[in-house]
This record gives sequence, C-alpha cells and structure tokens, in this order.
Amino acid sequence: MSKIKPGKGSPYARILGVGGYRPTRVVPNEEILQHIDSSDEWIRSRSGIATRHWAGPEETVAEMSLEAAGKAIANAGISAQQIGAVIISTVSHFKQTPSIATEIAHRLGTEKAAAFDISAACAGFGYGLTIAKGLISEGSAEYVLVVGVERLSDLTDVTDRSTAFLFGDGAGAVVVGPSAEPAMGPTVWGSEGDKADTITQTVAWDRFRVGDVAELPVSEDGELKFPAIRQEGQTVFRWAVFEMAKVAQQALDAAGVSPEDLDVFIPHQANMRIIDSMVKTLKLPENVVVARDVETTGNTSAASIPLAMERMLATGAAKSGDTALIIGFGAGLVYAATVVTLP
Amino acid sequence: MAYTQDEIVKGLAEIVNEIAGIPVEEVKIDKSFTDDLDVDSLSMVEVVVAAEERFDVKIPDEDVKNLKTVGDATDYILKHQG
Ligand SMILES: CC(C)(COP(=O)(O)OP(=O)(O)OC[C@H]1O[C@@H](n2cnc3c(N)ncnc32)[C@H](O)[C@@H]1OP(=O)(O)O)[C@@H](O)C(=O)NCCC(=O)NCCS
Repeated sequence: MSKIKPGKGSPYARILGVGGYRPTRVVPNEEILQHIDSSDEWIRSRSGIATRHWAGPEETVAEMSLEAAGKAIANAGISAQQIGAVIISTVSHFKQTPSIATEIAHRLGTEKAAAFDISAACAGFGYGLTIAKGLISEGSAEYVLVVGVERLSDLTDVTDRSTAFLFGDGAGAVVVGPSAEPAMGPTVWGSEGDKADTITQTVAWDRFRVGDVAELPVSEDGELKFPAIRQEGQTVFRWAVFEMAKVAQQALDAAGVSPEDLDVFIPHQANMRIIDSMVKTLKLPENVVVARDVETTGNTSAASIPLAMERMLATGAAKSGDTALIIGFGAGLVYAATVVTLP
Repeated sequence: MAYTQDEIVKGLAEIVNEIAGIPVEEVKIDKSFTDDLDVDSLSMVEVVVAAEERFDVKIPDEDVKNLKTVGDATDYILKHQG
C-alpha cells in the first residue's frame, strides 16, 4: 500500500468579503393584494414584510449571482483567478444540468475552479459556508466563493394567500479564505425529513410529461399552473420559533460565545415574527444588532443571510470584525447555524 | 404532579403577559385569546409552545384551532397533562 500525502490546508477559515444584488423592481404589498384577499396591515403584522424585490427578465439567476459574486470578490481584495471552488446554493435555477455554478466560475474568470450547486433551501448559505470551510482546511481550495441566489417569484403562486406575500428575489455572496485565527465556529446543522411535506414544491417537474398532465393543478381559467412553493405556515412557524432557537443556542455554545459576547444576529429572513421570537428566547442583550432585512426584501431563501450581512455592513449597523450568529432553516426541513467573524 | 385549574390559569396569564404584553389580571377563563387578549394566530402558536413546556403536555397543531378561550386551553391542559 502506498503512502498517500494529505493536502496542506489552512487550519482556520474566515469570511473575507461579502456582496449582494437586489433586483431593481420593488413590489409593495398593494401589488400582492391584487391577487389575494388580504390587507397591507395583515401582511405587515404577520410577517413584517412591507416590500420585496422581484427580478425582471434580465435579472436571471446567473446575472444576479455574477453581480453579487463580483462585489464579494472585490470586497475580499482577491482576484477571481485565486478562487478554487464555486458553490452556488439555489432552488430556483430551472435547468437540471449543468449546474449554474460552472457558468458562474467561467464568467467570473476563475482558473477552472471546481464548481457545483447545492440544494438546501433557506439553510443553503450555512451549508455552503460549512463546505467551504472544510475545503479550505483540508487544502482542496484556498479561496471559495459561496453564493445564495433565488428567483422565488418564479415559484410563487400569486393566488396562494399563505405564501404570495412572503417571497423575494436576490443574490448574496461571500468569499471564504484562509485565516491565522479561528473566525468560523462549528456548524450545528441537520435535517428533519419527516417534515418534508411542510414546505414543498406543489408538483415535481416530471409530472409535466405528456400523459400525466390531467392530474396537474390548473388555475381558475383552466390554464396549467407552474409549480410553486406551498407550505403549512403554522407548523413551520412553530418549528422555527421552538426548535431553531435551540439550534441557535447550540451554535453559540459550540463556538464558546455567550449572548453577551455577541455583536450581531443574522437569522434567515423568513418572517419578522420568527426573528422577534428567537431574539426573546435567546435572551439577546439590547446591544446585539439584529438583521431585520425581511421588511424590505421578503424571504429570499439562500440569499437572505448574505444579503442582510452586506446591508448591515454597508449601513454601518455592523462592522468588520464583529462576532455574528447566523442561522438558516427551511424546506427539507433543514437547518444550519454557526458563529462567524464579519468581514 | 398534576396542575390545578387555578395554577393553569395563572400560568397561562404569565405566558400571555410575556408574549402579548397583556396584564396578568386580564387573563381570565372566559377571555378569548384573539378577540380579548390581542393574541393573534402566530402569538397563539408561541403561547402553545410555552404552555407545552410549562405544563408538560403535547398540544398538536390540529388541536390549537379549537383553543379559542383561556378556559378551552385550561380544560385541554387539565385533560392531557402528563
Ligand atoms: C404564512 C403565515 C404568515 C400565515 O400566518 P398564520 O397565522 O399561520 O395563518 P393561518 O393560515 O393560520 O390563518 C390565520 C387567520 O388569518 C387568515 N389569513 C390567512 N392568510 C391571510 C392573508 N394572506 N391575509 C389575510 N388573512 C389571512 C385566515 O383566514 C385565518 O383567519 P381565521 O382565524 O379568521 O380563520 C405564517 O404561518 C408564517 O409565516 N409561517 C412561517 C412560514 C415561513 O416563514 N416559512 C419559511 C421558512 S424558510
């Protein structure tokens, strides 16, 4: 048996730069109300959402990713050629193969960086970050680009009262690279497949094959309905406020960081009520800055945490070097929480 | 140990106070969570989660809809506590 030389990685990794892209079109609640029986007041009180961005035809998953990635790379102060791996987390790239990541790696000008997509819904950013950290520490890549990107407006049934107002579009990206000191805590993550039905696409793509069409959902005018995301709102809400606060606490404990040591809390931006409840349960002190980007961005799934992070750093609400707790959770059900030093 | 009706009402009052900011003395057996106590459908989920912990009961989603008043919740907990 030959001796195999292991890779030489960096003992620690850190987020070196962040970038975001929000589509130009802002959609207020009034527009949502054209298709559902609801009110601005109801939507605001149950979700905290006032406006969201919906992408136009030109703002594709690829274009939004490139915009966010370009900013993250510039922010990290490296060049695209230094990137060894590109990880894209999305559930709204509509081509099964090839992945969107290879196109992004190529168009950014990387030197044949390894590239692949992951599917972990609203936990996708944390999943990507965890993979990136692993690649860096075992030496398969020095710098890794992680992008969360979604066009959830494409998967929204505008006539579904329980989801029409929730989702938004956008892209958020980070560059992860080597660090002399620990700047990313252990990830507390997992899946609960027994709850797979609580957030799911209405019909699978293969049902659109001729022959199956008769069983597909149709609109009032008899038109075939494109698949959309549907969910059991109350069940998901309960899981999020109850179980995810525990996971967030475990991530703090795993990193050896107490709520008093924390500067910033960036939970997945699903619903302001979930965010408020978590802050209460975790007993975060007043001085911890909490991301509340959902108000103007809606739920952008994998993009929500890096988008919120970028905005907090841009507005000065948070600063480089701050210690932040991040937690993503969603369809799967899946979740991932960790403590990071902000870029 | 089983909780008495009074203990449950008192516990629920503290929970509602914590979640919706309603003074404990207003949380009485005949009060409706949504109509009288400003507890909307999502706050109700939080109340239920807190009550489960406090009184060692399981209150599944499908039963939550039937708990309209503080009395409904109290009866439910009395019947199902472990
Ligand atoms: C979607 C969500 C806001 C719905 O709130 P909810 O309180 O669960 O809503 P329910 O369907 O139980 O309905 C409660 C009441 O509001 C009404 N309602 C439901 N949708 C409504 C709407 N869009 N506008 C106005 N009223 C509405 C219902 O008719 C019901 O009224 P009733 O009590 O008089 O019958 C909430 O469940 C939620 O955000 N869950 C978490 C979802 C999430 O974030 N998922 C992503 C995780 S990644």
